[in-house]
Amino acid sequence: MRIPLSALIGLTLTGMFLFVALFAPWLAPYAVGDSSGAQWEGMTSAHWLGTDTIGRDILSRLLFGAQITIFVALASSILSFSLGAFLGFTAAVQGGWIDQALSRLVDLVMAVPSLIIALVVLTIMNPSLIVLILIMGLLDSTRVFRLSRAVAADIAVMDYVEAARLRGEKGTWVIFREILPNALSPLVAEFGLRFIFAVLFISTLSFLGLGIQPPLTDWGGMLQENKIGITQGKSAALLPAFAIMSLAISVNLVADWILTRTSSLKGGRGG
Amino acid sequence: MHPVLKLVVQRVALGLLLLLVISVVIFLGVEALPGDTAQAILGQSATPQALANLRAEMGLDQPALTRYLHWLGGILTGDLGAALTNKADIAKSISSKLGNTLFLAGSAAVIAVPLAILLGILAARYAGRWPDKVISAVTLTTISLPEFVAAYFVIFFLTQVFPIFQPVSLVLPGMGFWEKLHAIALPVIVLVMVVLAHMMRMTRAAILNVMQSAYIETAELKGLSPMQVVWRHAFPNAIAPVVAVVMLNLAYLVVGVVVVEVVFSYNALGKYLVDHVTKRDLPVVQAVGLIFAAVYIFLNMAADIIGILSNPRLRHPK
Amino acid sequence: MADDTLLDIKGLVIEATSYPPGEPPKNVTLVHGVDVNLKRGRVLGLIGESGAGKSTIGLSAMSFGRGGVRLTGGTIHLNGREIRLADAKTLRSLRGREVTYVSQSAIASFNPAKQIMEQVIETSLSHGLMQKPEAEARARMLFKKLGLPNPDTIGSRYPHQVSGGQLQRCMTAMALCPKPDLVIFDEPTTALDVTTQIDVLAAIKEAIRDTQVAALYITHDLAVVAQVADEIMVLRHGRMVELGDTGQIIKSPREDYTKALVSVRGIEHTEKPPAAPILQVQNVTARYRGTNFDVLKNVSVDLPPGQTLAVVGESGSGKSTLARAITGLLPPTSGRMTFNGRTLSPDLAGRTKDDLREIQMIYQMADTAMNPRQTVGTIIGRPLEFYFGLKGAERDKRVQDLLDHIEMGKGFADRYPAELSGGQKQRVCIARALAANPKLIICDEVTSALDPLVADGILKLLLNLQAEANVAYLFITHDLATVRAISDKIAVMYKGAVVRYGQKSDVLEPPYDDYTDLLLSSVPEMEVGWLEKVIAHRKMESAGN
Repeated sequence: MRIPLSALIGLTLTGMFLFVALFAPWLAPYAVGDSSGAQWEGMTSAHWLGTDTIGRDILSRLLFGAQITIFVALASSILSFSLGAFLGFTAAVQGGWIDQALSRLVDLVMAVPSLIIALVVLTIMNPSLIVLILIMGLLDSTRVFRLSRAVAADIAVMDYVEAARLRGEKGTWVIFREILPNALSPLVAEFGLRFIFAVLFISTLSFLGLGIQPPLTDWGGMLQENKIGITQGKSAALLPAFAIMSLAISVNLVADWILTRTSSLKGGRGG
Repeated sequence: MHPVLKLVVQRVALGLLLLLVISVVIFLGVEALPGDTAQAILGQSATPQALANLRAEMGLDQPALTRYLHWLGGILTGDLGAALTNKADIAKSISSKLGNTLFLAGSAAVIAVPLAILLGILAARYAGRWPDKVISAVTLTTISLPEFVAAYFVIFFLTQVFPIFQPVSLVLPGMGFWEKLHAIALPVIVLVMVVLAHMMRMTRAAILNVMQSAYIETAELKGLSPMQVVWRHAFPNAIAPVVAVVMLNLAYLVVGVVVVEVVFSYNALGKYLVDHVTKRDLPVVQAVGLIFAAVYIFLNMAADIIGILSNPRLRHPK
Repeated sequence: MADDTLLDIKGLVIEATSYPPGEPPKNVTLVHGVDVNLKRGRVLGLIGESGAGKSTIGLSAMSFGRGGVRLTGGTIHLNGREIRLADAKTLRSLRGREVTYVSQSAIASFNPAKQIMEQVIETSLSHGLMQKPEAEARARMLFKKLGLPNPDTIGSRYPHQVSGGQLQRCMTAMALCPKPDLVIFDEPTTALDVTTQIDVLAAIKEAIRDTQVAALYITHDLAVVAQVADEIMVLRHGRMVELGDTGQIIKSPREDYTKALVSVRGIEHTEKPPAAPILQVQNVTARYRGTNFDVLKNVSVDLPPGQTLAVVGESGSGKSTLARAITGLLPPTSGRMTFNGRTLSPDLAGRTKDDLREIQMIYQMADTAMNPRQTVGTIIGRPLEFYFGLKGAERDKRVQDLLDHIEMGKGFADRYPAELSGGQKQRVCIARALAANPKLIICDEVTSALDPLVADGILKLLLNLQAEANVAYLFITHDLATVRAISDKIAVMYKGAVVRYGQKSDVLEPPYDDYTDLLLSSVPEMEVGWLEKVIAHRKMESAGN
């Protein structure tokens, strides 16, 4: 199987980001809060990417920021995904009042922008990591629910699923052997999109000062701390913005590739 | 009743019902969360006595339903109560800021909508060829940008690299229309960037969908010119999906406004909301949150209604 | 070249690009050097199975390649000038004026947002052929000629407001309105029910005759084309097999392939005598949840072991619903079903494993009846494992056994459905049903999606298997030729009720009830002049009333 160049770039970059996030403490030359240099130092051998507005090493903070950003985004997308996919499949296969109740609830949550709901909740609750992951995961699970319900409902009406039911197969066989293998690719692609969305969401919250709280840091928070630098022409202050953008684009490239691969496969082998 | 009218009435009723339920959620859902406003204001180390005093002062000791009905009644009569932090009248604060938000969002929409439709048509017309590929590549990049990231790129380039604009959008009451417009140029550019990609991609998809219909082939086989095919046969069927796309993206724009206002310290509703989230000023957050939700619900409803109105099967029943 | 030649195609080569997944795109040749010559006012039938290139050749008369298809070689002369390489402007001036097109699906081909009249007269106006009043008058005349109800007002309706058969006639009016020299009919009656098809066919034929237009009539149904064409060209895999007068092709075909097409409905099957039933359906009434009308009305049928009951009817007759009721997918609201002496639970959940095993089902679309992510071995092996607990080598041996039974050799067990042809897919579905050792197999339109020769092979296979395994078939179909070929008993269904039921010989012998008479007499026969005979007969009868 040939992997197109764009997907290769996406896969490589995504892999690099994951590696960096995993090994940040070993890779970073300085500690997170360590004011090891002067304010806005340029690129030197001591500070490869310079220092920030209070003299902390930008490279180190970017690496630790990657860890937090990717950890929170991954955790919340795993939550949104497992919850949304499970409920979506259940709704599609069971139908009836379960489907009705879940679908109407999701309609309701999706009738209001996620950011607004998050803001209302964060007025009351302190933004600990757990709370942030829960808020983002729960809000985003509505989108996963809609997609997995639609995908599963499309497959559930196929004759081969009916044939399995007529044979007398149990619900677990129908879901795991008949429906899931055929729904996997769109769901994997959707996972990529949900992950990007979570990265953007947590960055936005941190930027607004409502996400990750010091002493921890993430890319959105870094941008907020150093925004004054941007208006003073310090290009180093834009580095977290580049990080967010390149992570989002590389995951997007991978998700795009998985999606097109699905639609051209039409059920051949190699899936 | 004509079936179209019936469907529209149903949709409007659904929108109102949704709004009512959302108001319950925004008010009572908050009650269900661990912690309350008094706790949030005084912090974890507050004494029980201080908490009780503050709760009584804020009316938090009353039953939730009573407070909800009181709150709802206030909203319907234009009384949104007072902010906890500075006792300012919320309705008054909102009315002075709502105009600024609408001005910003409206200016962005006026630029973004025609541009997105034009680019969408262009990309659909040259689907798979280089103009389409260039547009897709560019939009793929901007789609991956959250508003504040786009904003700082724009700030860096247009105030530092090319110092054309100011990084802060200060709008004062006495300013003339053009002055105001100049002041909000940067946030408008950012909003257009962010909303353009989605709107253009969806427009492209909607038009391609229509262009692949069998009746377009019929029109070609009638020997009509490409313009006639597009104008007489594609356009009437593409209006509804494209307008729906526009509405959905305007709803998206409403959310983008919140963040962009904060970036540019633009004195309007979104910044007002975020500032008061930070100050844990629940009554303000509830009121403004409800307004944003209402606008969002209204735009989604408008998209659906346009879809109903333009469906020939519904307009001309059997 | 003689003056009266309208269309002269020589050495036509048509190519397209295919995109196999995971491989570089490659060129495929759809049509390999075909010649077509059509004189003014004549009708040429293009016939062949799917992939024969008949539609592609038809559209080349407008120098049009559908969906990236390219006309790469040969010449196409229309009214004496070359059009294969003509520029876009020349093509626009001839499309819709000299040549017009009638598609298989008028419902998709009409713009849903515009009134019918506007679309019917559009070409006449845009090419400057007529003024609006004149064009509208001609359209109304054509509506009337084509037998549309309310010809004076139907033009002001929207496409979704008229029936499929009526819209097909409107599309014919649209094609004839600008007084073209040539009309391309691309399977214009294929999507219609058989009783609707005959009316549309008669209307088209009469309109062709009265307007003296030339036509290319494309279809896969030899009996249909025999009614309208002067000449028939048989195509296969993009090459011409045989060209001749309609009478010659039907009565004395020269090529083996044509002979096979002509005799495709020639399976002989002797009716088995009445016997005690294994399946009894008694007074079954059913409706879908949330609706308020019965889709099955008091249906009673019996089926003896090892015999075939054909359930025949048009779309909406309830024949597939009957299958759903018997399998337990749609529990009846009243009535009783017994099988092999035991009462069947109305719903699926209440059935025993033996009930489920002994009643198997085969679907119309083999494509969607098999999980694309399972191999043929898994698909056939699962019932063996599920019902009989067969595992490992034992199971594999039985799978190969079954594959031999359906006349598919070694090496298929490891393949995925996507790697099989249409006929092979249906055979695998049959093997899956057989794997359960069933006593009854419900066959829901199992041959409708297949080309005639492939369908023929499937029917023969089913008959052989029945003789071997003594399995009963409940055979649901809309195709009366299939019914004749395989059934022992027949139930004719109409609007949810059984209107005629009995042994094949009784059901197919007069005197008939009105509906069965209409149905039987509407099935095109492989005979020149059949259409005129039927229409004349019906006119006489209605005059007699």
